[in-house]
Amino acid sequence: MKVSLFATCLANALYPEMGLTMARILKYLGHTVDVPEGQACCGQIAFNSGYFDDAREVARMLIDSFEHSEIVVGPSGSCIAMIHHYYPTLFEKEPAYLKKANNLIQKSYEFTQFVVDVLKKPDLGAKYSAQATYHPSCHATRLLEIGDAPITLLKQVKNLELLPLPEAHLCCGFGGTFSVKMPKISGAMVAEKAQHVLDSGADLLLGMDMGCLMNISGYLEKLNKPVKTMHIIQLLGEGMKS
Amino acid sequence: MTIYNLTIDQLVDKALADDFLRLATRRATDRLRNNKYKATEELGDWEKWRQAGETIRTHVVANLDYYLQQLIVQVEKQGGHVHLAKTPVDAVAYVRNIVWEHEARNVIKSKSMISEEIHLNHALENEGSTVIETDLGEYIIQIAGEPPSHIIVPAMHKTRQQVTELFNPIAGHELTSDTPTLTRFVRLQMRERFLQGDMGITGCNFAVADTGSIVMVTNEGNGRMVSTLPRVQITLMGMERIVPSFRELDVMLNLLARSATGQRLSSYTTILTPPKHTSDSDGPEEFHLVILDHNRSEILGDKTFRTALNCIRCGACFNVCPVYRQIGGHAYGSVYAGPIGSVITPLLEKDWEKWGHLPFFSSLCGACSEACPVRIPLHDLLVKLRARKTLSGHTPKIEQQIFKAYRYFFTHERTLRRVLRLGSRLQMPFVRNGRISGGPPPLSNWTKSRTLPKVAPKSFMQMWSELKHK
Repeated sequence: MKVSLFATCLANALYPEMGLTMARILKYLGHTVDVPEGQACCGQIAFNSGYFDDAREVARMLIDSFEHSEIVVGPSGSCIAMIHHYYPTLFEKEPAYLKKANNLIQKSYEFTQFVVDVLKKPDLGAKYSAQATYHPSCHATRLLEIGDAPITLLKQVKNLELLPLPEAHLCCGFGGTFSVKMPKISGAMVAEKAQHVLDSGADLLLGMDMGCLMNISGYLEKLNKPVKTMHIIQLLGEGMKS
Repeated sequence: MTIYNLTIDQLVDKALADDFLRLATRRATDRLRNNKYKATEELGDWEKWRQAGETIRTHVVANLDYYLQQLIVQVEKQGGHVHLAKTPVDAVAYVRNIVWEHEARNVIKSKSMISEEIHLNHALENEGSTVIETDLGEYIIQIAGEPPSHIIVPAMHKTRQQVTELFNPIAGHELTSDTPTLTRFVRLQMRERFLQGDMGITGCNFAVADTGSIVMVTNEGNGRMVSTLPRVQITLMGMERIVPSFRELDVMLNLLARSATGQRLSSYTTILTPPKHTSDSDGPEEFHLVILDHNRSEILGDKTFRTALNCIRCGACFNVCPVYRQIGGHAYGSVYAGPIGSVITPLLEKDWEKWGHLPFFSSLCGACSEACPVRIPLHDLLVKLRARKTLSGHTPKIEQQIFKAYRYFFTHERTLRRVLRLGSRLQMPFVRNGRISGGPPPLSNWTKSRTLPKVAPKSFMQMWSELKHK
């Protein structure tokens, strides 16, 4: 299969290595990988702030970039959920682009969802020693409904012990611009989430959305807590090296 | 300083600094959420029930003119008076006139969010009437001089100790803070008030259109006292609070009680067709039904937000909301707090200056939509309200500029690469130990409680195209 990567704006700017790792894993699974130029962001940052017109143009660019792709895979449940859940709203008055948007919806997947549910190859032969806990990000769980795909992947990683995260259903307080627009409320939310991570007893926090992880790890770091944070892709990348 | 004259920012600060409030809110919402979970699981396919609820509510709202007419005809046929109030001012004036006409000195009330919405107590007290809330939670906040912090559990933010301290001056001695002592104290207080009441004001959870019945869902029995003892009864209802017949009421009562408190049925489900008929042994001689519009007609005509009228006021969205969990209800500044309050308040009040913050009191995590027993897509409505606010021009100019810039750079990916490269150099003054801390606003809004990773010297897109051309 030819898989096109949607790097997402966050990974593109802050975690470029993760994009490369994602490409390496997909190649390992026997697929050709390409990264169409022009792609930048799903538009969620403007959409969630109430700037639908600005979001629409960024979304349009994304749709155009992947127009000729067979399959599109991204390292974020939130960005893929934006496409699936909100592109139909954004383009409801533009039949031509609505059609293109629906085409993108049909062929786009969050990374763990793609590997587990589409490829059905959860065992990547990874090995990683840690006591970890997993934060199920809200958009991946509630909007994209990826279910247990991330857990299925993690269960195949040798030497990785998964500990339950108390009150896992609670949002970490990221919410994109929410974290900057309502910093105090967001700060209180991430404080509670971080406490649950510490209470889990894990030395590693795992997730599949870099926004949430950046938020929780940023808080833990400010507290000088020794809990490490990794995206599942980063963990697999490390675990597959050996 | 009371909470009525604080800014939203001050209210949020106050709430976040109040450990009692936060603990009380967290405990109560956790309990309600867990109870709801148990009560809905036992129904088997809860999703089917939600779909049935959504279908009924959507049908009623779409045909509201028909059902309202049917309800009004039925109530009047039974000898009740109906008043359609266009505005809160109109509703208050109507109630005040009846109070004045009957020279009612002691008005007893059971729980009604509409009375909060129209600020009725204050108006009646200004006229010299004594208004007594007989619902325990409402009674507590009435003594405290506060608005409700939750639509189902108005005094959710109060701990047992705080409640005891509020009761002590009225009791005239020190009460112990155990449940039997506190409830006995309130029961004695109430018994006297019920007997003195010369007018009763109630809320209405549902009105049954084809029988003209008023349905009240309570747990303390106070609703029954308020609707049987006084000579005159006034019931307040929101325009949309209708079910066609008892068939649909069955579904709605299940959804409401289970979602609100995790009960199969509330302790008292009171169905009334006042006024008192010749064969009845009790009940009011005179009955008024006040039906409040307050821009509900306008919401009805707005297909983007019409589903907001489907709400049955169960409070389930409050109990799962991670924002409400941290700050409680008062920090919203509105009568209706929580996710549904953040949706309906700007629509009812139509004042972006005053209520424009509410759609932003959400991380858009979607827990509210998932919890809603009638499947209102609350987080979608919140984001659409944000868009409505932006379109109305009530967002800061600088913010509009930021998103214009965002739109430009994120539709010009080649330029974006250069911007990111520049950013990775400009960030240097704020980098400590490989992470960003400090910096000017809005960056500082993040860095006050968190660090931020650095912008990479080379973006992924840059790296990829270099690899490709090697």
